[in-house]
Amino acid sequence: MEEGRVSATPEALEVIERLSAQHGPLVFLQSGGCCDGSSPLCTRRSDLFIGPNDVLLGVIGTASFYVDGDQYERWGRPRFVIGVSPGAGDTFSLEGRDDLHFVTLG
Amino acid sequence: MTVLDKEFTYAPPGLAGSPVPLKERYDNFIGGRWVAPTKGEYSVDVTPATGKSITEVPRSTAADVELALDAAHAAKTAWAETSTTARSRVLNAIADVIDANREMLAVAESWENGKPVRETLAADIPLAADHFRYFASVIRGEEGSISEIDKDTIAYQFHEPLGVVAQIIPFNFPILMASWKIAPALAAGNVTVVKPASPTPWSILKLMELIEPIVPAGVINVVTGPGAEVGMALASSKRIAKVAFTGETGTGRMIMQYAAQNLIPSTTELGGKSPNIFFDDVMAADDDFLDKAVEGLVLYAFNKGEVCTCPSRALIQESIYDRFMDRALERIAQIRQGHPLDINTQIGAQVSTAQLEKITNYVKIGRDEGAELLIGGERNILPGELAGGYYFQPTVFKGNNKMRIFQEEIFGPVLAVTTFKDEAEALEIANDTMYGLGAGLWTRDTSRAFRMGRAIKAGRVWTNCYHLYPAGAAFGGYKASGVGRENHKMMLDHYTQTKCLLVSYSPKALGLF
Repeated sequence: MEEGRVSATPEALEVIERLSAQHGPLVFLQSGGCCDGSSPLCTRRSDLFIGPNDVLLGVIGTASFYVDGDQYERWGRPRFVIGVSPGAGDTFSLEGRDDLHFVTLG
Repeated sequence: MTVLDKEFTYAPPGLAGSPVPLKERYDNFIGGRWVAPTKGEYSVDVTPATGKSITEVPRSTAADVELALDAAHAAKTAWAETSTTARSRVLNAIADVIDANREMLAVAESWENGKPVRETLAADIPLAADHFRYFASVIRGEEGSISEIDKDTIAYQFHEPLGVVAQIIPFNFPILMASWKIAPALAAGNVTVVKPASPTPWSILKLMELIEPIVPAGVINVVTGPGAEVGMALASSKRIAKVAFTGETGTGRMIMQYAAQNLIPSTTELGGKSPNIFFDDVMAADDDFLDKAVEGLVLYAFNKGEVCTCPSRALIQESIYDRFMDRALERIAQIRQGHPLDINTQIGAQVSTAQLEKITNYVKIGRDEGAELLIGGERNILPGELAGGYYFQPTVFKGNNKMRIFQEEIFGPVLAVTTFKDEAEALEIANDTMYGLGAGLWTRDTSRAFRMGRAIKAGRVWTNCYHLYPAGAAFGGYKASGVGRENHKMMLDHYTQTKCLLVSYSPKALGLF
């Protein structure tokens, strides 16, 4: 466990709170790879299996934030800051419905 | 690619003289008809060239996905029972109509995606047509098999279609990636519900306008809208028999998870961080091959780096680094960035503000972790109407493979360069990544090319070439780059299931009871 390695901007926290009121308990997974690869993915807790190779980096708002363990090491164990920007991304992340996308800064 | 000696810029869709007719609004393509979204909501589709609106497309919901699934299920039996001769004829007709409308589709796709029209004219659109022809052809040669288990017992193996499949398309090659997925699915006798990428839904609808009279109703259905709504409803549906996806690893995990929950197969293509390796012997002569190798490095800027196999890590042998990079940087400095519909433009605009923002962020990360910026590094604000476009300068960093810019796919025109001493170190660096989609290898020594090519853990190793995507050459990932292959007749296996009729011709009982 690596708790305390992630935080969110006030704007992102506001969106998390709104999404949570709308969809119930949420979870974040740091994505990687193609297309919108470095985006954090925000989804209903029931929509994502968290596996033994995922690392919990902390909690933003009420949502736990995970990253694949190998990916975390390869990225050099950064301290993540989650922001939010206008415009939908192209992932299954819930804020896309509201024409927003979370961003992993730093 | 050399700069052409004539000047010409296509008129954007909808304007006088443009090859692309444009409506103010488009609908979903379901059951061979144009169907308005159930909730009546639409989104603006923007061109990255100027940041301005092109048209409106449906902002669909789960209810629209159900309509598309209804249409697909209504069409699946007739299409599965259509002879391969007739299916093949339909695929060839699609190819013909794509070729006949090459300029229209190329301009539409360039305008929507931001990529230069010279790429869509020369690659995306002709390749899309060729993929339909390839699968029209290989399906005719497809056979089941017969095993004689013993004198009186025969196993007949048939390939049967899966039924209704879901296909989620990325934004980087909207029409070509749709064709990569649709052609084999249809050839194998499946019907499909396609979800285009959110930034690029419209050019696929332009393709649907063309094929509407060719393809039986319900065989191809297209529903546009947000991934979190349309993509999720489609991928998690109990009414699909398979899901195919190209995109990032997080959504890829969710896709595979839904497939597991519904006990159906999935194929995923999730990107890479492809090494492009240059051995010292490329500089053994100043000839065409060296010129080709230099271009091979610059290909990281192809499609503004928005390619899953972008050769975004250049590994250059130490002894030639300075001389080779001088040439490469000179070539990079000459890249013409500009209006995507100008036939001389070599690099256009990133697909969205989200991508532009991500690239900017990674450039900052690169600087902060101590990588040396060799060229570029800034958003490119172009004059006039292009000022609102999402242009980023072709960028090169020098650093080492442990840096984050060497480990994560940036999906922009950002190259990370490092050096190696010998073949062993080149291999170690090449494989030191989570991903394994593509790799490039440049050497005049064919034995070394073979050794390295076999040792690199990637699904595609371009040897003395890069960014070629011919039908008939298998494409797909090792490691975290995904599961399954595209572009090859083996895909027919991904889109069929095997039926074995085990038949006894013996009148005798087993004698057990």
